[in-house]
Amino acid sequence: MSAGSVTIRVRRGAPDEPSRIETFTVPYSEGMSVLDAVMWVRGHVDSTLAIRYACINANACKECMVRVDGKTGYACTSRLGADGALIEPLGNKALIRDLVTDIVPPKERLDAHLEEG
Amino acid sequence: MPELDTDVLVVGAGGAGMYAAVAAARAGARVVLADKSLVGRGGATIMAQMTVAAAVGEWEPDHWTHHLADTVEAGRGLCDERLAAILCEEAPVRIREMDSWRVGWAREDGRMRAVMAPGHKIPRCVYVDFLNTGPAVAKTLRTRVAQGAGIARISGLSIADLVVHDGRVAGAVGINLEDGQPVGIAAAAVILAAGGLTRLFRRNSASANMGGDAYALALNAGAELIDMEFPQFFPIGHLAPRLVGMDPIMWDPFRYKLGGRLLNGRMEEFIENYGERDSGVYTAPRDITSYAIVKECAAGRGSPNGGAYLSFEHIPEPELRLAFGPVIDRLAKNGIDLTKRPVEVAPIAHYHMGGVRVDERMATRVEGLYAAGEAVGGANGANRLSGNAIPEAFVFGERAGRFAAQRKDEPRAWRSADDAQAGRLVERAHGAGGGEAAGLGALLRELQALMWDDVGLLRTEHGLSRALGRIREMRTDELPSLAPRRKAHFDHALLDWLDLGASLLAAESVALAALDRRESRGAHQREDHVATDPARARNQVLRLSADGALDSAWADIVAAPHARAPLEAAE
Repeated sequence: MSAGSVTIRVRRGAPDEPSRIETFTVPYSEGMSVLDAVMWVRGHVDSTLAIRYACINANACKECMVRVDGKTGYACTSRLGADGALIEPLGNKALIRDLVTDIVPPKERLDAHLEEG
Repeated sequence: MPELDTDVLVVGAGGAGMYAAVAAARAGARVVLADKSLVGRGGATIMAQMTVAAAVGEWEPDHWTHHLADTVEAGRGLCDERLAAILCEEAPVRIREMDSWRVGWAREDGRMRAVMAPGHKIPRCVYVDFLNTGPAVAKTLRTRVAQGAGIARISGLSIADLVVHDGRVAGAVGINLEDGQPVGIAAAAVILAAGGLTRLFRRNSASANMGGDAYALALNAGAELIDMEFPQFFPIGHLAPRLVGMDPIMWDPFRYKLGGRLLNGRMEEFIENYGERDSGVYTAPRDITSYAIVKECAAGRGSPNGGAYLSFEHIPEPELRLAFGPVIDRLAKNGIDLTKRPVEVAPIAHYHMGGVRVDERMATRVEGLYAAGEAVGGANGANRLSGNAIPEAFVFGERAGRFAAQRKDEPRAWRSADDAQAGRLVERAHGAGGGEAAGLGALLRELQALMWDDVGLLRTEHGLSRALGRIREMRTDELPSLAPRRKAHFDHALLDWLDLGASLLAAESVALAALDRRESRGAHQREDHVATDPARARNQVLRLSADGALDSAWADIVAAPHARAPLEAAE
């Protein structure tokens, strides 16, 4: 099933630094998801690469929304083609770091409760 | 001052945690509901597909004592019968409460629909919709939690340690992921609702959060674990071709309904060779089916990716379409045409029977510390009856919340010196520095492989001893040297490091208990002790000693027999 490797480009950075594109070569298998590739990088190359996900595969948690080649979608259900992809954080949410953006509802943020206390 | 102060802190916001928060708040307590992912989105509940066992009795006459009898029988002599009785008696109460919150249980002719599931003698498994019960349940509870006065929901807060003084819980410390801020939370009561440990195994149906946090938090706080040698494997998890957007355990109801054939790599039926009739009936117990697939692979008769084939090719297409409904289109998007070729399936870690040892109030031996949901051990013994996981989340969650709330007026045990604990946690986590590159991933992969190969479905003295030794080494020597360098925002490597610390302690507890149980029973199958030993119808209890070593002791099972009541139809 495995057929060589595939290259992904990931836009990384934090709000207080210029963003950069990093390139990773990942083993390719037919039908793999964008999240599969990002998780492979986190597990084998660089665990500081930040992305939100919980359910991994079931499209239940709805946390892994990113832009793939400019199109918004869930990393867990976006297929990675053999020519790879450019993976970027959502453009319409505040950037926290790498692929993590601020998708937490305001009332579920720590600081909302610090103010009360 | 700690950053937060609350009556009840709930760790984990899946089904059990959310129910606990609702119950504690309606008992008048102020609640902090914290999850390292988004509240009500992570964990196992939202991934649950179909059935919820409860003797509601609307579809066919039923009584909770019959549900209890089936639960105890499935548990192979090890159930804590007090907990099992609570689970079965209160499940219909919670199902009706969820109904009043409009979860939308499926109905026919006005009666709550219930279906049969393996191990039940009466159709008692209610559902919302095929493949959608978990999301519906999670959504209903998210709404209740959002509407509950006095519940502070905090997403992205990873709880790493409990604060305990003189055997009494004072609160917890954790890290706010978004900005890396250390957080101390003083609380009169803490409820551990952070789920199980299926992620420890290479093949699993888990979310990223099921790494054994609740067990590690409990052990480190001085509480006990029970039945840790019993992880449940689901026999026919999806293996290949790659399937995205669906839970890997999705095949079961279809196989049951349509009669999918299970074949080895030579396209032969094989369950018969393991003493069970399966072809045409599909009722071989899960533990036997899992064992048979793993043994076929070990004998070189596996499918190409190391499992078995599941074939629906003998079913006419219109029948397939009728049974699978819209699912067949989702399969087509994954390039799967069931009329043309089989899929590959294999056993996957699915649930953990063991867990935190609690009494009827869900209280541990640490004053003020409670547990709920899958994190609790005992109710399911050596093998969980299908459909019992979601009612366990509801029933134990509600009880933990209700009883924990009774402590709301207790003076806090938090001391001013504890204010620095959260900061120290972050410093310790970043201690050695520099392990983030690939070391954390490699360590997790090695742990998952070790657990799968030596602490999974085929267990031996040799394999378990080897695994236990290696896990101890990883926990005490290697992980501390892999502490990551600090990142200010969403420090994902730090989260991995904290998770891995909990996972290694949870893994050690499974390996130790499995090594000490020299017999085969339920989900625990020893190649070198194949028979069940009546003298071992006892539970193993684990605790951490003062020097950080894990100790195991045997305890008598908790018997609380109930006779089956006469069956009556509910109104």
